[in-house]
Amino acid sequence: MLSAIEIEKITHELQHVPVKKAACIEALKIVQQQRRWVSDESVADIAQILEMSAAEVDSVATFYNLIFRRPVGRHVILLCDSISCYVMGYTKILDRLTSLLNIRYGQTTPDERFTLLPNACLGTCDHAPALMIDEDLYRDITEQDVESILDRYP
Amino acid sequence: MPIIHIDNKPYEVKDGKNLLEAVLSLGFNLPYFCWHPALGSVGACRQCAVKAFRDEQDTKGRLVMACMEPVRDNMRISIADSDAAGFRKHVIGWLMTNHPHDCAVCDEGGSCHLQDMTVMTGHNYRDYHFTKRTYNNQYLGPFLNHEMNRCIQCYRCVRFYKDFAGGKDLDVFAAHNHVYFGRQQDGTLESEFSGNLAEICPTGVFTDKTLKQHYTRKWDLTTAPSICQGCGLGCNIIAGERYGSLRQITNRYNGDVNGYFLCDRGRYGYEFVNSKERITEPLVRHYPGDAANGQPVLHHVRNRMKAGKVIGIGSPRASLESNYALKELVGAEHFYLGISENDHELVSLMLKILQQGPVRAATMQEAAAADAVLILGEDLTNTAPMLALSVRQAVRRIPVQEVVSSIHMPAWQDAAVREAVQESKGPLFILNVLETKLDELAAGAYHTAPDNIARIGFAVSHLLSGQVPEVTGMSDEGKAAAQKIAAALKAAKNPLIIAGYSSCNEAVIKAAANVAWALKEQGIDAMLSFTVPECNSMGLEMLGGHRLDSAIDEVMNGNAATVIILENDLYRRMDQHTANHFFDRCKDVILLDHLFNATAERANILLPAATFAEADGTLVSNEGRAQRFLQVFTAAGSMQESWRWLLQIATLNGHPVLQHLAHLDDIVVAIQQRYPVFTGIESLTPPADFRMAGQKIPRETHRYSGRTAMQANLHVSEPKPPEDEDTALSFTMEGYRGEPPSSVIPFFWAPGWNSVQSVNKYQVETGGPLHGGNPGKRLIEPKVNAQTKFYMEAPQPFLPLSGHLLLVPVYHIFGSEELSVHTPGIAERMPAPYIMLHSEDARRFQVTEGHLLYFTDKGHQYALPVIINDKLQKGAAGIPVGLPHMQVAEAPQLVKI
Amino acid sequence: MKERPLTQYIPDSGTLHLREYEAVGGYAALRKVLREMTPAEVTALVKDANLKGRGGAGFSTGMKWSFVPMDVPGPRYLVANADEMEPGTFKDRWLLEGNPHQLLEGMIISAYAIQATEAFVFLRWAYKYAAHEMRRAIADAYMAGYLGKNILGKDFNLEMQLHTGVGRYMCGEETALLNSLEGKRATPRAKPPFPQVSGLFGRPTIVNNVETLSWMPHIVNNGPEWFKSLSYTGDGGTKIYGVSGKVNKPGAWELPMGVTMRELLEEHAGGMKNGYRFRGALPGGASTDFLTDAHLDVKMDFAGVAAAGSRLGTGTMVVLDDHTCPVGFVHNLEHFFAQESCGFCTPCREGLPWTEKILLSLEKGTGTMADIEQLDMHTRLLGPGNTFCALAPGAMEPLQSALKYFRDDFEQHVKEKKCPYAHHSH
Ligand SMILES: Cc1cc2nc3c(=O)[nH]c(=O)nc-3n(C[C@H](O)[C@H](O)[C@H](O)COP(=O)(O)O)c2cc1C
Ligand code: SF4
Ligand code: FES
Repeated sequence: MLSAIEIEKITHELQHVPVKKAACIEALKIVQQQRRWVSDESVADIAQILEMSAAEVDSVATFYNLIFRRPVGRHVILLCDSISCYVMGYTKILDRLTSLLNIRYGQTTPDERFTLLPNACLGTCDHAPALMIDEDLYRDITEQDVESILDRYP
Repeated sequence: MPIIHIDNKPYEVKDGKNLLEAVLSLGFNLPYFCWHPALGSVGACRQCAVKAFRDEQDTKGRLVMACMEPVRDNMRISIADSDAAGFRKHVIGWLMTNHPHDCAVCDEGGSCHLQDMTVMTGHNYRDYHFTKRTYNNQYLGPFLNHEMNRCIQCYRCVRFYKDFAGGKDLDVFAAHNHVYFGRQQDGTLESEFSGNLAEICPTGVFTDKTLKQHYTRKWDLTTAPSICQGCGLGCNIIAGERYGSLRQITNRYNGDVNGYFLCDRGRYGYEFVNSKERITEPLVRHYPGDAANGQPVLHHVRNRMKAGKVIGIGSPRASLESNYALKELVGAEHFYLGISENDHELVSLMLKILQQGPVRAATMQEAAAADAVLILGEDLTNTAPMLALSVRQAVRRIPVQEVVSSIHMPAWQDAAVREAVQESKGPLFILNVLETKLDELAAGAYHTAPDNIARIGFAVSHLLSGQVPEVTGMSDEGKAAAQKIAAALKAAKNPLIIAGYSSCNEAVIKAAANVAWALKEQGIDAMLSFTVPECNSMGLEMLGGHRLDSAIDEVMNGNAATVIILENDLYRRMDQHTANHFFDRCKDVILLDHLFNATAERANILLPAATFAEADGTLVSNEGRAQRFLQVFTAAGSMQESWRWLLQIATLNGHPVLQHLAHLDDIVVAIQQRYPVFTGIESLTPPADFRMAGQKIPRETHRYSGRTAMQANLHVSEPKPPEDEDTALSFTMEGYRGEPPSSVIPFFWAPGWNSVQSVNKYQVETGGPLHGGNPGKRLIEPKVNAQTKFYMEAPQPFLPLSGHLLLVPVYHIFGSEELSVHTPGIAERMPAPYIMLHSEDARRFQVTEGHLLYFTDKGHQYALPVIINDKLQKGAAGIPVGLPHMQVAEAPQLVKI
Repeated sequence: MKERPLTQYIPDSGTLHLREYEAVGGYAALRKVLREMTPAEVTALVKDANLKGRGGAGFSTGMKWSFVPMDVPGPRYLVANADEMEPGTFKDRWLLEGNPHQLLEGMIISAYAIQATEAFVFLRWAYKYAAHEMRRAIADAYMAGYLGKNILGKDFNLEMQLHTGVGRYMCGEETALLNSLEGKRATPRAKPPFPQVSGLFGRPTIVNNVETLSWMPHIVNNGPEWFKSLSYTGDGGTKIYGVSGKVNKPGAWELPMGVTMRELLEEHAGGMKNGYRFRGALPGGASTDFLTDAHLDVKMDFAGVAAAGSRLGTGTMVVLDDHTCPVGFVHNLEHFFAQESCGFCTPCREGLPWTEKILLSLEKGTGTMADIEQLDMHTRLLGPGNTFCALAPGAMEPLQSALKYFRDDFEQHVKEKKCPYAHHSH
């Protein structure tokens, strides 16, 4: 069941689109914002509001990198693995992250604190390597910075 | 017509086509995957690459995808160009990076478009040496297997299932080389057209699950051209057999009828042929003396026929030949139509309207091209499924035509046109007692009782023609609906009016005729389409006979002693009490049929009748199109066509006419001589002595294997193959290897084209008629200059009656048809018995969902579990029709609760 | 230094807000347009300036607009492509974060030119700060009467929406972007029909890059001749250039169109870091061909870079140094492209992962000479026109040029059965 807030927000989005289907991505974002990820049940709920089939909604949901169809931790680490960060040595940051958190890409720490994901170019190539945690962008990071950055996310 | 230059040779091609269609129509072999003649082009697979040159001077050229390129006059292209050929080869190379090399164990093997194209491009050496990605497969219900590793991502499945057939539960998921085609979760595919995936998918992702139960390669099947027995539309099918069992039904392209597709009842409802319930040998019962003395069964029959007056009861699911033979045998005055009073009233009315009125019955292809559609009282998806698919295409056509001119894109540019069309739809109006799956496409869908539907229809015709009187006492809502519908129909050029048997209401049919005629009067080229309940309902009605009620009277009054029943379960034609009573009064009941049914329980003599798969015969579809089905294989034991049994009986009796007939050709000629309405059925298929290059047409491909070993466990020597004395086909692989006449194509195959895609080679142009014309002959054409005699009297409005409910039949594609339910997959999809009520009525009778509701009919009590549906007309109750073991009162009728 | 119209008012940190923007002449161009110019005149002006799109392909903006059918009834749309996800590219971010009103004003002027009724900013999800500022800017612009009904009291209405994406490089491709805006999978559409004719919801639509649109106020204010005069070369205006990699001062700068690579690298980016040598660079993002030290004097405009065998692309350069393995570098790129393929057409969906796998096996020391030939073949087969959209051809550009300029490195991987750069740490 979608919450009243989710329904209200989705309904609001519907005012901006000529056909309900067009609000599909917005609806997925809204639900993910509330629940961190989008469950099968939520997919079905969204489908109902938008008069789509669950399959159709999921077809969209599974296409995009940043709609999470599996549970994620409280904080999602998106490590840029694109070219400038590669040249500037993002792999060392990755090594540091995996050893500190003891998880690999795609995994969530057992305490559900972090999920670690690779991510394409964050558009801050002049400050590589870079990563994002939740809404926060970290640039010019070094191996030494990693631990203190993580500490900010309980 | 534009001239295009292909590898420096000029060819004339049809304007408006794409290059791929054009070169295929010219007979070239150009590989493709994502394009489909019914689905258009999207340019995804990149398989159809050719070189295009700017002009004669241009030697470099550039690669273009033929399916995305409109033909232009003076266009210069090369198919043979080494860049193009090399690229096409590499496309297969790419597809093969992930496609498993599992042809040997793949159901598609030997009829696989991917195999064909692989060979065609010459990709025969694998360069890729990394791992392949793998997927999990899904459970998709009783009809289809899913093997996603084989997917080549052509997107045809979703384009057919979603875009073409309106399905909701199949889609594409994820991205890049992880794209996945399936359901969101495991589960039965909901679409009534899901089986087409097995033919649409160019590889072995979606394959026929029923075939898997008794798997046989395409080249090892004995196949014949046949006609679907699932409903009255007469879709053309190919039926395939091996080892004496029927194994698969596939589409047989007929550009006028079903095109490339079939519904799931038609495709999967075949297994009754293999049922354990089959009557395989004659049976003589309740005559210990007779049975003991070992006389051949036909002597019993003769004796019984001599014992007193004999009447015959025909069948709407038996061939014209069988019905004719019975009618002739017992004499026209003793021949009764084996259909309910209601069905007779309706079908005879439809026939009259089509024969005597000025409006013609639409082919399904014409229906798909209608520019406005009005459906009166039919849930087409469940009563005439393929017509529902035609209506879907019709609804889409108008806006497509509009955007085609505004954005200058041809209609085959599928994605671009869909984008430009967005949600806009052509006018479709549906009046039905319940919601229907097509409602989502309708500009207006009204749910009301049949009488009210008829009233709106009459009101529409009144608005269109001054000759039809105004319907008095219309509600405002009804008036508004009528006005909207009339305006839309009037604005159309080729509107289609659909009605049929399932609302069980003559006034609805009359209303449909009125609307169509009124349009015609306005100079609008309207079309009619009437659904009929069974595969030969129309043929039987055209043949004519007395009402079933009169047969009952005859027996009840003791005037008839022996009743010969042709392929009919009378328990489906009347309520069980009447039927029991009837049989109690018969002295002798002789039944010719396929399965042990309730009527068979009551018969003294059972003659095993061949099914469509083991028989030759003719059916007349709802459109009035006579079509021939040919026997696939010779049935085991004594099973043979009913008409053959009847001819044998007649011979024994020394019947003056029938004793001279022996073969299909004889009987067909006799029918048209006796009944001129059937003139032309003689030439539906070539006669038995027809030969091509001195040879018969083989039912088996020349790769048919194992013939000498098939019976090795029984005989050391190979038995002589059966001979077909009735048709131009042989039962073996020997015979003419070229293309046979269109009416007797037993399988589609062309050199290099083993899959169903080979149908391209049989068409005048891709998506066009078969060489020599689409098979079938229309027996009914309108009276062009007929003086229109409108029906004047609209029925009274339906008003709910206290303490009563109007029982209305609800049809189910899986469940309502008699024979197909004897197929495990169909039975699995069948609903449980129910009675459907509006929630207000449920409250009125103090029942809730799941409760039993008791009602009485003719003094008998019935009880059914309630389901609630607020789309149903208040005061009406829906009951599912035809479910086995659901002996229920007749619908429609008013019953007391 | 010459003028920097696009970026001169952008504060060192933070954003130029409405008041500040107005104070430096903001929205004057819009007033002028609405007061004095017909839509056709605006289009003609942009055509005269010969403004070439800054999204990568360099197509004439005025020309693009002129394809919009102005006589068909119903809505028309304008979209600012702010999806910037091309690896190595970070120029639009600067404009979006620093001067959102400049983009908005440019969009309103453009929308007026094509008589659009609705406009969208399709913003990359990762640009959180830009999203925040853009949202505020849109709200402020509505308040000030620059958006909404009867803009500045004139008979022109425009609604503006901000759409943030959910991550897919394909969303930057203009037709895929439109699908995504319609709430669908971001797969590309066939062209024709071009979006100008049948775009968003099947309606005439213009998609332009952020940098392209940000030019409009300046072109209106100062005219086409001024615009042309900003440049060193035939392609007018300034350009935002950027450099990333092992250079002393990576960053982005607005410079006259046509600066040389050398000037960019040495003057603006401060030269290579100590101990690193320049081996080559992708001049305009991940999907452009390498240029090498032989090309340092190439003028960085559309024609100049094309003549050197590459593309100006986004004008943001990624530098390959001598400690970084070119094979590993290209592997990183092909991994990106393979992941970001939408999966619609065969060559891209299947070909890119194949090249990625080969490059990885070369890096691991298990590659063969035949593998290198396969790479060559892919660069030929995944060319423009052979695939459905420009993603795969773009992906082949760095690969084909790497095979050309750094072939020895590729072969060395095979011969030595290992990556010769493995001992270098980044
Ligand atoms: C795969 C792919 C990604 C693209 N990404 C972007 C992008 O992020 N931003 C952008 O402005 N253009 C991008 N483009 C180019 C756009 O398709 C389009 O040409 C551009 O937005 C037009 O704007 P312009 O005429 O102002 O340059 C991309 C093209 C392709 C093929
Ligand atoms: S499942 Fe079959 S039809 Fe669907 S994309 Fe794959 S190969 Fe094509
Ligand atoms: S058939 Fe032409 S691209 Fe697929």
